[in-house]
Amino acid sequence: MRLAALSDIHANPAALEACLARAGELGATQLALLGDLVGYGPDPATVVERIRALEAAGAWVLRGNHDTLAAAPPAEPKTVDEAGARWTHDRLDATQRDWLAALPLQRIEPPCLLVHASADAPEAWRYVNNPLVAGESLAHAVRIEGVRYVLGGHVHLQALWYQGRGSTLMLFEPVPGKTIPVPRHRRWLATVGSVGQPRDGNPAAAFALLDTDAAQLTFHRVAYDVGATVALARRAGAPADVIRRLETAR
Amino acid sequence: MATRALEPGDSLDGFVVERVLHAGAMARIYVVRFANGAPDPGFPMAMKVPRMGPDDGPETIVGFETEHRLLPLLSGPHVPRFVAGGDLALAPYLVMELLPGRTYQAMLDETPRLPLDHAVTLGVALARACHSLHRQDVVHQDLKPANVMWRDGGIAVLLDFGLSHHAGLPDLLAEQTRQPIGTHAYMAPEQVLGIRGDSRSDLFAIGVMLFEMLTGELPFGDPRTAGGLRQRLWMDPVPPRRLRDEVPEWLQEVVLRLLEPQAEHRYPSAKHLAFDLENPDQVAVTARGRRLHGTPWHRKVRRWLRAAGLQYEPSTMPSRQIDEVPIVMVAVPNRDASDGTLYSLRQASARSLGIRPGARLACVTVAPADAADDSDTQRRLLEQLRRWAEPLALNQHQVSFHVLGSADVAGAIVRYAKRNAVSIIVMGAATHGLKLQPIVPTIPVKVAMKAPCTVMLVKEDLPVLTGADPDED
Repeated sequence: MRLAALSDIHANPAALEACLARAGELGATQLALLGDLVGYGPDPATVVERIRALEAAGAWVLRGNHDTLAAAPPAEPKTVDEAGARWTHDRLDATQRDWLAALPLQRIEPPCLLVHASADAPEAWRYVNNPLVAGESLAHAVRIEGVRYVLGGHVHLQALWYQGRGSTLMLFEPVPGKTIPVPRHRRWLATVGSVGQPRDGNPAAAFALLDTDAAQLTFHRVAYDVGATVALARRAGAPADVIRRLETAR
Repeated sequence: MATRALEPGDSLDGFVVERVLHAGAMARIYVVRFANGAPDPGFPMAMKVPRMGPDDGPETIVGFETEHRLLPLLSGPHVPRFVAGGDLALAPYLVMELLPGRTYQAMLDETPRLPLDHAVTLGVALARACHSLHRQDVVHQDLKPANVMWRDGGIAVLLDFGLSHHAGLPDLLAEQTRQPIGTHAYMAPEQVLGIRGDSRSDLFAIGVMLFEMLTGELPFGDPRTAGGLRQRLWMDPVPPRRLRDEVPEWLQEVVLRLLEPQAEHRYPSAKHLAFDLENPDQVAVTARGRRLHGTPWHRKVRRWLRAAGLQYEPSTMPSRQIDEVPIVMVAVPNRDASDGTLYSLRQASARSLGIRPGARLACVTVAPADAADDSDTQRRLLEQLRRWAEPLALNQHQVSFHVLGSADVAGAIVRYAKRNAVSIIVMGAATHGLKLQPIVPTIPVKVAMKAPCTVMLVKEDLPVLTGADPDED
């Protein structure tokens, strides 16, 4: 299986299409969308419809915190994210909201476990950005028969956590396009980066491709027309904060 | 899973064992050929099988695993060619080229103090091999005489990548609590502190090896304790000239520079080292090269205090570090060159050196062989080169001057560039006859075709000349 894992699309159709096209060129045989399909971005309805079609064609789709919030936003938003969720909610129809609300939080497809945030407590939306959380997520996952890889998103950064000589997990910051051997006798946790809203200063869309037969993982970045998405966001009346984040990728 | 010892005639994964080459504590090495009469790849093959007991899993052979994943990624004449690797969880083995030749250790066992020129030759070959590895973003981390093979034709081949660090791959040997990994006698100070992936650590190891080849002794001994190992963070070795008085000052300068405790005080890359070893007359000898005594105690105390708080910059990708400190070669014409051309060559050279300290400029001029051999002519040409270079602000960069004797200007330039691993050649386009190009392949065209690196052809560009282009009317 050549699994293309895309996460944190954040209602950015141009970035999604760019990644899907690249995944196709790279010979992906299975698609996985790891949650946060909407939120922040300018065009939630288009992205939801596109991913529903992908799901019908066999893609694995998970729910993230933003999807949960957009399906049922609080009546009185207290945070910027909650206000954004209301904005997104108003741009989706009932069928689309129900579909989002019914998505699973994780999916086990040995040798992979797919989850938006951390495998030990998917609904807690823990950030896998330190050795402790990464270690707990991975330790939980590999207790499941046959699981060697955890693929997730949520942190908007591309990273690979692995076992070095010590007991604490080590962080590897991948170079886009460079293939990394990930043999199955070891256990690995990858955060695949964000399609629609990277936060490492590079606006290019991010995803990862895991070849489970060759035991190789490659992180990818795909340039797309960020300016067009920003213009779309302005027309859609997206908050200034969202536009700034798209432009600066922070 | 246990690996069993193989006997001649046994086969494994399409290979047949011919004989046992070495049965070590960590691995067994066999001479093998393809089974079923398949033709050999054109070179003899060796199979390395790690020793594993019945309860051992792949996690017990991390060094083997590291080599297993690095070797297929490496290329060039300075590493054994990779043939095949077995699945680590099923049948861990590695088949690679069986190298003819002797290790540096074998030579040292025979002659503990090598003749000076022999030691320098081995050093140059080693520096080149090391440079080739660093270009591939790999730091060896365990260079020692037993891991370097001298192959016919004057090429050094590096062996055993079990502790190596690849900047593009997760480091399986990394650990939160940084432990020293390597061979104590040859380990760089930063390795003692558990820092991996700095290409200059390999240069330190080369320094230890050169010291050993010259003096028959190890500069920091072979410490068995953590305290002994840390001594190299602040201690100077005994000057090689004190142990062997025929060691020239320039060579001591080179060796002690390699053994500097702080990585940024060593050579910025292995090719800079090769350059100095090949051009002794261009080595700027400092007090370091002339010293005959150890460091006074008060300076040691100062260094010890500094070492106690030693911080290292995180290392950059070795290949990127190499690119930032280029060796720039400029071919300066020694007759019929206009001021404009000489000016433009200077500008282009300055730009090519970049802004990082450590880049070096080699100013070269080619003269007919008989003229270059004449000492007066040679002195005159060297003086001309120095004058040309004077306006360049080279305070942060090293510069050297060379008169090459040859009737074949292009050939001499290309040969020099190849031998010294030059990063970029800067030369005049017009002076060397670009205008004749449609008729005969001129010198710049020949150089551009044969050069091992980028060639910058500089056109005359006097700052005061502006206005109409005469070609356009």
